[in-house]
Amino acid sequence: MKPNIVALGSLFGLLAFGLAPSALASESKAHPKHVGFSFEGPLGTYDRGALQRGFQVYKQVCATCHSLNLLSYRHLGEKGGPFECFPAPQTEGEGEAHGTAHVRPICPATPNDNPIVKAIAAEVSITDRDENGDEIDRPGRPADRFRAPFENEQRARGANGGALPPDLSLIVKARHGGADYIYSLLLGYGENPEGLNVPDGKYYNPWFPGDVASIWSGEKNSVPEGGLIAMAPQLEIASQIVEFGDGTPATPEQIARDVATFLAWASEPKVESRKRTGVVVMIYLILLAGLLFVAYKAVWRNQSH
Amino acid sequence: MSGPSNYQPGSAFEKWLDTRLPIIRLGYDSIVDFPTPKNLNYWYTFGGILTFCLAVQIVTGIVLAMHYVASAQPFIEGSNISQAFASVQRIQRDVSYGWLIQSLHTVGASMFFIAVYIHMFRGLYYGSYKAPREILWAIGVVIFLLMMATAFMGYVLPWGQMSFHGAAVITNLIGAFPVVGDALRTWIWGDFAVSNATLNRFFSLHYLMPFVIAAMVGMHIWALHVPGNNNPTGVEVKSKADTVPFHPFYTVKDAFALALFMILFAAFVFFMPDALGHPDNYIPANALSTPTHIVPEWYFLPFYAILRAIPDKLGGVIAMFGSIMVLFALPWLDTSRVKSMRYRPLARQFFLLFVVACLTLGYVGAQPAEGLFLIIAQIATAYYFLFFLAILPILGIVERPGNAPASISEAVLKPGAARPAHAAAE
Repeated sequence: MKPNIVALGSLFGLLAFGLAPSALASESKAHPKHVGFSFEGPLGTYDRGALQRGFQVYKQVCATCHSLNLLSYRHLGEKGGPFECFPAPQTEGEGEAHGTAHVRPICPATPNDNPIVKAIAAEVSITDRDENGDEIDRPGRPADRFRAPFENEQRARGANGGALPPDLSLIVKARHGGADYIYSLLLGYGENPEGLNVPDGKYYNPWFPGDVASIWSGEKNSVPEGGLIAMAPQLEIASQIVEFGDGTPATPEQIARDVATFLAWASEPKVESRKRTGVVVMIYLILLAGLLFVAYKAVWRNQSH
Repeated sequence: MSGPSNYQPGSAFEKWLDTRLPIIRLGYDSIVDFPTPKNLNYWYTFGGILTFCLAVQIVTGIVLAMHYVASAQPFIEGSNISQAFASVQRIQRDVSYGWLIQSLHTVGASMFFIAVYIHMFRGLYYGSYKAPREILWAIGVVIFLLMMATAFMGYVLPWGQMSFHGAAVITNLIGAFPVVGDALRTWIWGDFAVSNATLNRFFSLHYLMPFVIAAMVGMHIWALHVPGNNNPTGVEVKSKADTVPFHPFYTVKDAFALALFMILFAAFVFFMPDALGHPDNYIPANALSTPTHIVPEWYFLPFYAILRAIPDKLGGVIAMFGSIMVLFALPWLDTSRVKSMRYRPLARQFFLLFVVACLTLGYVGAQPAEGLFLIIAQIATAYYFLFFLAILPILGIVERPGNAPASISEAVLKPGAARPAHAAAE
């Protein structure tokens, strides 16, 4: 019986770790820089500070062009979200009595009770109708969807030289390399390689998928990897606009890392519950398997097979 | 089912019921008292595992259907995200434990295919398709076909880029058929392209087919319980000493194997739910932008490789369907009188090569169909068909099989008595 278990095990191993990547790695080029995000691995969680900073970057920079259609403001305050918890406001007497040493965070049961989320939503003006059916603008509520920068695709293209800034709700899941790709792409702009005739309104980025052979005047077999992207480099400008409330210096690397973290969360807000549940399920299943193995041995004890 | 029933109704109620609807007798005879060869190894646990997979797909699928919206219309004004795409995301993000149910369903499809492929290779190796189990095998092939159709339509439902363009590639194959091709394709689309109408009918059929599969599984088990299980020796059960009652001997063994399988299943569901999918399917469907490489889900890759290995479109379609249809003929193509390849030294080597060919086809199926990949795909495709159409028929005549044991009990008690083939061949 033993060799069969080994064979079965190795077959599973082959399927899980051999076949899957080989089947999927078909079109990836050089893998983007491995950043080492806190949310990687089977137990990784999001760094709340990075999520909050990343949201700030999205709001101040990305949101000018990119929608986040699948998210509502309430998601920011839900379990696992950037503003799930916040430090308790200190009453005067308390501050003196306990000093400023340790403040217990408050985690409201619903985002509707979360003043930070309510404030974020209220900053936005939402087009709605009043009781007479007339169009009005009202302050946003946590239940509202993230307001898109453009009303429709045509407007978005019109404002961006014909290119459509993609919705970012799933961008990390929808790209090979995920958050590493976003990070590398944002930092990947630089001097154009000599011999590459980049047209106006386009930018060369080595991480953007594409083919630049048609605008390459250098040697035929040394066409640079990468493609032409319509988004101008953002990080230089962003590092001048953005000022993080927690004192983290807004360097291009920091901004890229934080916004990639935020977008990873936006792609899968339930990742932390998923992994937490997974650990419990795994422990349960391993115990169950052990117990069943003992039962199996006991049942078959006196039976030749 | 096979042999007389040993069920003794215990209570007055059981006696009353047994003369009206002997359903307890059916259960007792099929899964408690059923005489099962005592030498079944772990490869034989995949029948039970597959039943579990089907149950998981049906239960999670019914819950998903409560939240899924089969519509290609924009989910909000001005967005290029469809209602179908958005509803799958809503399940992931907002439905209670939706992330778990959705992940169980998508990962579950992959697990279902891992299990069914192992189950099929096991049947091939131990000659489980040979008399008197031809019908059992044929029903299995029907189930496999239904599974493929169901999985294909299920993959279309999230209406991502791969969903849409995968559906376009596969349905366009129908257009390759002479004369009726075009009309048939339009009829299946319900439109002149893959569209909202196509999505709706695929959802309808995707919901229907699992129940057809369940019915076929019932037939499959029925056809299994008439001749009884095959076993690793391929020697039929001769006496009661060769068997053990299904319960508790195989219920406990199947349960243990199932628990191991669930560990693998859970590893994917909880720690790498997207590892078996393609990132492009997280991009909403867009008819005007075709992905650079359209690849199907991993479990279709070998067949996709066969399709593309043939330079002619219609020829490719025929080869792809032929690769499954040939399985129906297998019981009559294999001429050997020995069932199990344990005692067939040559056949075993060709079988091993066949497994390698299938894995190779899976690999090249994910690569662009050009250059060396195309040649490899063609060689592997040729071997796939040769294995069934030439090697198995000829081997049965020219091969000198080793000595199979006289009975299962003999094989179990004196493992040295009947040497497996590699020794016998010398």
